[in-house]
Amino acid sequence: MSGHSNWPEWIYVAVVICLLTYVGAEAWNVERIVEHTPAEAEVIKVTGQQWFWTFEHEDGTKEVGELHLKKGKPYKFEITAKDVNHSFNIHDYVVLQDAIVGRLNTVWFAPDKAGEYTIQCREYCGLLHYNMRATLYVEE
Amino acid sequence: MVLELAKPRPIWQIMFSTHHTDVGLLYTIMSIAFFFLGGALALGIRAELFLPGSQIIGDSMTFNRMFTVHGTTLIFLFLLPFASAVGNYFVPIMVRYKDMAYPKLNAIAFWMIPPGGALIWLGFADFSWYATPPYSAISAPGPAADMWIFGLKILGVSSVLGSINFVVTILKCKHPDLPLSKVPLLAWSFLSSSLIVLVAIPSFAAALVMLLTDRLGVTGFFDPAKGGDPIAYQHLFWFTFHPEVYVLVIPAIGMMYEIIPRFSRRPIFSQSSGIFAFVVLSIVGFSSWAHHMYATGMSFTEKTVFMVGTLAAAPASAMHVFNFIATMWGARMRFATPMMWSVGGIALFFSAGAGGVANAAMPFDFITHDSYWVVGHFHLFVMGTIAFGSIGFLYYMFPYITGRMYNETMGKIHFIMSFIGTVMVFFTQHVLGLYGMPRRVFDYMPLPEYIIMNQITSVGAMIIGASMALWLFNMLYSSAKGKEANMDDPWGLGGKYYYPHQAKTPHH
Repeated sequence: MSGHSNWPEWIYVAVVICLLTYVGAEAWNVERIVEHTPAEAEVIKVTGQQWFWTFEHEDGTKEVGELHLKKGKPYKFEITAKDVNHSFNIHDYVVLQDAIVGRLNTVWFAPDKAGEYTIQCREYCGLLHYNMRATLYVEE
Repeated sequence: MVLELAKPRPIWQIMFSTHHTDVGLLYTIMSIAFFFLGGALALGIRAELFLPGSQIIGDSMTFNRMFTVHGTTLIFLFLLPFASAVGNYFVPIMVRYKDMAYPKLNAIAFWMIPPGGALIWLGFADFSWYATPPYSAISAPGPAADMWIFGLKILGVSSVLGSINFVVTILKCKHPDLPLSKVPLLAWSFLSSSLIVLVAIPSFAAALVMLLTDRLGVTGFFDPAKGGDPIAYQHLFWFTFHPEVYVLVIPAIGMMYEIIPRFSRRPIFSQSSGIFAFVVLSIVGFSSWAHHMYATGMSFTEKTVFMVGTLAAAPASAMHVFNFIATMWGARMRFATPMMWSVGGIALFFSAGAGGVANAAMPFDFITHDSYWVVGHFHLFVMGTIAFGSIGFLYYMFPYITGRMYNETMGKIHFIMSFIGTVMVFFTQHVLGLYGMPRRVFDYMPLPEYIIMNQITSVGAMIIGASMALWLFNMLYSSAKGKEANMDDPWGLGGKYYYPHQAKTPHH
């Protein structure tokens, strides 16, 4: 052991711990708010399979490879997979949740801008994983 | 004295030796060979992604196989064996013992790696190094997948044997006059990382067997159709491989603990805080595995627990950085090649750690998860920190292995090119991830921002590739024709060295 005092290191560690505590608390708070699904959210059933997405609206209509939603309304996705794991991702709206075989994962969002957005698979799922995309149409 | 090339010996004498420096030499040569093989695959991947559409690789399956073998090779056949190489050279000397505790076991652990590597390369599996079921269980083509499983099994056993050897050598064969607190930090790093291996590996070893029987159709551990749970695999996998990150990074930090004080010409700022940080890191390393799984549908509580566990690892890593900076502060430093690699490695370690803290924050993870951000993030560790530390350390060992000096100018050019390339590749990949480009893709949407960032990345990768070719030339040329090194003090720094040079003549 070196004989000198070590207080600068402990002050530094304390500063690091304060920063980390701030990051952790802020993340906890944001995630708590983000995860609170509004009660009136309309349920969309999402199924991923090699290598396309199927969407089912509450009224039973099905769409393959595209999804039409209304601007300003909250939607809750119930996501699952048929064959292997996928990951449902609308990057522009920070919607990301794995599609796991035998499980139902949920995530919600409310589109606030009309337009076309890319839906993609973010979990490696084989041959055409790179091309496993769908289009989200947000309509007025 | 152990000057392997200065006093030429028949190759079989080295191959069938159990002496720790000979085994260390075998580990060194094999891991560097795999470094170039795995790196060549990376260059192929980057060439393919230079533009959207198919470039040099015909189909996505070949591409998928390439990134799988790239990752598996560089983790299991370069980073881990290179750490073992350094440990073999230095640990017995640092604890003042004549050899490793079990020399034959040591040689066996080494000789398990070539068959493991051969299985991985001959199979060329496609399910990424993560091998997650159900894909790996029901969809991945055999026999490649099965060969990968057997290959990893063999490498896992080799790793456990090597770790037992390090732990016993340090704890039981240490010279009685040498208290554990005075054992150099490089040896301490091997003690910590070996203990992590012994605790972490069994869960993945179990998962591999379960995956294999699932593939054979006799069980359904991970198959929901048979009542199994694919998420269970991910827990077993990450319980091994999050701590494994520390298994890789801790020896690299240990190598920097040898180089930084040496080239700063003063003792390490605080030996005790270095030991403390190693011990803390190897304990809290086990509290964060499921931060890889936020998006699998974990509850808010689970995510919070693993976020806290992840953030808890940061202070210990930060202590290492502090220790390095405090050692260099106001010192008479000499920026020879090994020092440049170490300092560059510390800078990139800091960046990687900062990205890790951001990533641990739950909401942010849902932006970055499985995107190129993650690729950039962990490559800053494996390439920027661990490979940089390892390459620097190989320069440091070079005179003692060969009896000759490497070319200093070429070494510096190698570092500068690699550093620029690494920053270009992996910092850009962070941004690419923020724009939403998924990882493990053969092709991407032709958006202008994707194209330009992929091109920056690919050019950076080629710069790294060129610098590594220069390194290879420097090593080969200098080991045969380099200047004779001054073996007592190759860099003219003064002071006492821990070198294989001081070891007694090998007993064959």
